[in-house]
Amino acid sequence: MWEQIQANRRRSAVLIISMALVLMLLGYAGGELLAPGGGGIVGLGVALIVWGIQMAIYAAQPQSLLLQGAFAREIQKEDSPQLFNIVEEMTIASGLGFMPKVYLVDDPAPNAFALGRSPSNSAVVVTTGLLQRLNRDELQGVIGHEIGHLKNRDVQFMTLAAVMLGSIVILSEIIWRSLRVGGRARSRSSSRGGGQAQLFILLVALLLAVLGPLLAQLLYFACSRKREYLADASSAQFTRYPQGLASALEKISRTPLTVSFASRATAPMFIINPLAASGGSGLFSTHPPTEERIRILRSMSGASLSAYEEAFRRTRGGSVLSPQSLQSAGTLPIRRPSDDGPILSRADVRFIANRANRYLRLQCNCGLVISVPEGYPQSSIRCIRCGTELPIPTVAPPVTSASEPTPLHYQRTGKHWESFRCVCGRTLQLSPLFTALHLRCNGCGRLITILPPAST
Amino acid sequence: MSSILVIVLLALAGVILLLLLWVAGAYNSLVRLRNQVENAWSQIDVQLKRRHDLIPNLVETVKGYAAHERATLENVIKARNMAIAAKGVGERAEAENFLTGTLKSLFAVAEAYPNLKADQSFLRLQEELTSTENKVGFARQFYNDSVMTFNTRCETFPTNIIANMFNFTRREFFEVKEESQREAPQVKF
Repeated sequence: MWEQIQANRRRSAVLIISMALVLMLLGYAGGELLAPGGGGIVGLGVALIVWGIQMAIYAAQPQSLLLQGAFAREIQKEDSPQLFNIVEEMTIASGLGFMPKVYLVDDPAPNAFALGRSPSNSAVVVTTGLLQRLNRDELQGVIGHEIGHLKNRDVQFMTLAAVMLGSIVILSEIIWRSLRVGGRARSRSSSRGGGQAQLFILLVALLLAVLGPLLAQLLYFACSRKREYLADASSAQFTRYPQGLASALEKISRTPLTVSFASRATAPMFIINPLAASGGSGLFSTHPPTEERIRILRSMSGASLSAYEEAFRRTRGGSVLSPQSLQSAGTLPIRRPSDDGPILSRADVRFIANRANRYLRLQCNCGLVISVPEGYPQSSIRCIRCGTELPIPTVAPPVTSASEPTPLHYQRTGKHWESFRCVCGRTLQLSPLFTALHLRCNGCGRLITILPPAST
Repeated sequence: MSSILVIVLLALAGVILLLLLWVAGAYNSLVRLRNQVENAWSQIDVQLKRRHDLIPNLVETVKGYAAHERATLENVIKARNMAIAAKGVGERAEAENFLTGTLKSLFAVAEAYPNLKADQSFLRLQEELTSTENKVGFARQFYNDSVMTFNTRCETFPTNIIANMFNFTRREFFEVKEESQREAPQVKF
């Protein structure tokens, strides 16, 4: 695995350097085109400035913007122990070192993505649609894929490539605009003096300005697709069970839902192309076609990187992994499927999502349960069934653990859905599958001990 | 005449420099891989310890419902104590494997007690233990992968010279005999 990372780093360096060369060449040629006989250096300077601004924007942008835009909520171990455990397992299997934070997004479309500029600052985001549909092995495969992205430093790589691409596109825009504005007059006046060299530079500049962005885009998307295959191979190696990921991909691709908050820029980090309902394919797609990915995974004869490479060659032809990483790949047997854990039902996933999103549940006298999101602007809400105006209790500020009042208990009375009121007024609900011993009130932060029912 | 000599000397110096750089690179990579192996080993330790810590809780929970399955419960406790006391890679691997066997028989016994199966703390502990088993498995897997990479590096041609020069020794794998699930684990002391 370590070889693969080294090979990736080398490849990233090569790619970034070649894109940088294209950028600088474009800058120089463009400068020469617009202000011949010395404009080249200015053009180069402009190129570097454009790139610098893009990098500054990238560096300054906190990761949380994307998470906030997606309304992702961080979940802790108590909220969803299975998901948390799976992320932990994959962290160990990959040797990542730091456990990424786990976020949940309330979206029926099943998808997952990974974020992380550095290992200590990374995150894995999962939608509730995914939790509902996949069993433990499949979830493990998906999380393995995302952690594979993190381990291979794909996020940094794709963002750097995106910055480069953006700079090239912007620069060619600038050149085109300047040409249209006044360049023609300038070049006509100077071409009388410059002759052949000027013409050559003009041609090169025009070619770069037109083809540069196109080539850069093709390169970018090709890299993105390659990284996806690599993450698939990593997942198979970590879980030792490629069929898990394959069946997860099958389930996900069958659902024709698109994720609401995805955009072109954030697409590469999802497990399946979120922008095309059918999975998207072609030269300008960030993800390889899903059927192909599934076919490769299902035809693997072992769980190692060399098995993936062989399956890739058989299914598609060509190679995807670097020879250095294959050198020490060895052969790894595929493990048996684990006893499938139950697939979480819709109600339970909704429960987890509501806990993560800190929804307040009010019970009206007519029996309707109303979920009020955090930060609801008004202080009362009208029940839609009977019309009663219900006051929304103002929650006490979160109690810090230093000033915990006398511990609170609640004794369960059975195995069904139960609800009770915390002292702050918030109603808390317990699902039949809720198995933790403690519960933290979402409103005031008090720790409540859940006692098992006094059984017969 | 002398300029040719200078050129030859420069070329030679360049070659030696490249050689030194390569030696440094190979040595560093061996060190890095060896550290990864050690790190992976300590990770196994962490997960095994975690499993040992979860077991008393599990036994207490089961006792609440199936008190007369004392034999199975005692086996689990004994196996756990043995696993804590084991030293050395081979012995530990065996002891841990044995502990897994006793846990499997405990969960098999629990199938007969529907009240126990419905108990939330038992379910939670079961998920925790399954997850810890998985984590031990993955930690072992990562350790073995690291050992494989390290050993390959030590043995393949150019780097094995460096490895021998600086005494990098091959590591042994953490082998655990995978018992087939149909075989009833023999609980013997």
